[in-house]
Amino acid sequence: MNAPDKYLELINLTKKYGEVTAVDGISLTTGATQYVCILGPSGCGKSSLLRMIAGHEVVTSGDIVLEQNNITDLAPADRGSAMMFQSYALFPHLSVRDNVAFPLKMRGVEKSKRHGVAEQFLERVQLDILADRLPSQLSGGQQQRVALARAMITNPQIMLLDEPLSALDPFLRGKIRSELKALQRALAIPFIHVTHTQDEALALADLIVVMNDGHIEQAGPALEVYNTPRTEFVARFLGGHNIVEAEKGKVSIRSDRIKIGSKKTKNSLNATVSEIEYQGSKIVLLARSERDLEISAEIPDSDFFQNPIEVGESVLLSWKADDAHLLAG
Amino acid sequence: MEPRSRSFYALAIFFGLFILFLYGPVITIGILSFQGPRGGLTFPMNGVSVHWFYDLFEKQAVGDIWGSFRRSFVLGLMVMVCTVVFSVMCGLAFRSRFRGSGLLFYLIITSLIIPSILISLGVGLIFNILDWEVHWSTSGMGSQLTWTLPFGILIMFAVFNRFDKSYEEAARDLGASWWQTIRFVVLPIIAPSLIGVALFGFTLSYDEFARTLLTSGSKNTLPLEIFGMTTNVTTPVLYALGTLTTVFSLIIILGFLLIAYLLRRRQERHGSDAGSGLV
Repeated sequence: MNAPDKYLELINLTKKYGEVTAVDGISLTTGATQYVCILGPSGCGKSSLLRMIAGHEVVTSGDIVLEQNNITDLAPADRGSAMMFQSYALFPHLSVRDNVAFPLKMRGVEKSKRHGVAEQFLERVQLDILADRLPSQLSGGQQQRVALARAMITNPQIMLLDEPLSALDPFLRGKIRSELKALQRALAIPFIHVTHTQDEALALADLIVVMNDGHIEQAGPALEVYNTPRTEFVARFLGGHNIVEAEKGKVSIRSDRIKIGSKKTKNSLNATVSEIEYQGSKIVLLARSERDLEISAEIPDSDFFQNPIEVGESVLLSWKADDAHLLAG
Repeated sequence: MEPRSRSFYALAIFFGLFILFLYGPVITIGILSFQGPRGGLTFPMNGVSVHWFYDLFEKQAVGDIWGSFRRSFVLGLMVMVCTVVFSVMCGLAFRSRFRGSGLLFYLIITSLIIPSILISLGVGLIFNILDWEVHWSTSGMGSQLTWTLPFGILIMFAVFNRFDKSYEEAARDLGASWWQTIRFVVLPIIAPSLIGVALFGFTLSYDEFARTLLTSGSKNTLPLEIFGMTTNVTTPVLYALGTLTTVFSLIIILGFLLIAYLLRRRQERHGSDAGSGLV
């Protein structure tokens, strides 16, 4: 699924705004049909990185290679990339049909022909019946799909998405998320998707790239990044992990791997329950250890209600040695 | 309804007086322009007629009403086009902070606070020194632009402040050249504001007085002509002229509003089935 590799290559890519370094020497290689999520907090440089790939930001140093072509200094339209903007950037004065046909119009395709092609692409996103509308007359999800159709009509080799789901309400977000994944599978081109939402990245990505402060903290398959976060930052940013001091250094333990035990071992600690959150299928237990460490444990609801616990109670939290993962640095 | 406080009524009366002060003179001239054929320049009305409007179209003893109207109209259009073109270009240029942009901005705005008669005098003087002939279409237009351009530029600054740059980036991404981006994306989106700038340009020029006073040369624009007539003409034909130009200005403004309205309608026609089938 991830072969052939080296479809998009970023080589020591750097972006400086005056004295400020937004992207600090990033190198990354992605496969030809990978869904890549660049994940990080705001200001970590992920948007600058995407905008450099798209050609909307001048590269300070380094190279961008797409399918063996160095596209570092090419104009946005000559790169074979298509960008989806956070605000969708649908032209407010043009109908949905004219928005989608816009790239063809710029290339001088005559009106009836470009409208015909535009409608084919609108059919693919099931919006052909709304072709006469203005963007302002569409819902957020519909606008999103128009923007996708408009990006697809340029026949891109790579799709770049800048926080594509952040403007949608939570319900729609899940729906569009699966549509994006299905679309990527159908087009069989790489999607580079920038987000600050962890579950979005986990749900979509073949390759997760966690960024912090202009550099990559960890890049790998979603499963690998979630199970074995490389650094404390990654573990904390992904959430659902506990950081515990062990003999060799700090380790991370997934919250759902922490059990309420009875026998004191090397892999356990005493803590006082400070909060209990009911989350439907599971209970999230927040507890404070004797060394004032905050620990969260996710317990299946059936287990919890067999042995209910109250806030303020003392518990012994334990985990398997294999579930404790040593963090770098 | 909530009971009104006493200050509401006091302020309402004050506001009413202000409105009266604002429009009283225009209304007075409007009424007096319907003076009877034997009536004079002041009240009381000596009958009611449209005599003086007819008189306006006769050959006048003094003044060249229609010639000056024609000049003012053409000058207004020239100033309008220049104001729109240069304001847009200036607005585009000032989006990036280039070296000296702050200083340049203040230089442009300063011409709003320099007394207009000084600008008129200065422009006239420069033309004199260079041995060029002052004319309403050259020196006159130039000194009017010192007034209309800063206004146009300020409007365009406000417009581009709100303009979402991702529209342009999207256009470039979709293969539009620089010029295509301006032509097919930027200009259509800011079109309604351009109508406002055009309206400003035309009306400010059409009734500009002080800046044109010493720069229009031997042929007068309409405001100058009317001013000249106030010292020579002793009949209500002057009022008829005033009423007519006021009506003309109103028609121009309504015309612009109509264009803006039609532009919006043309866009909305695409979406006549709005509201049905929202997911």
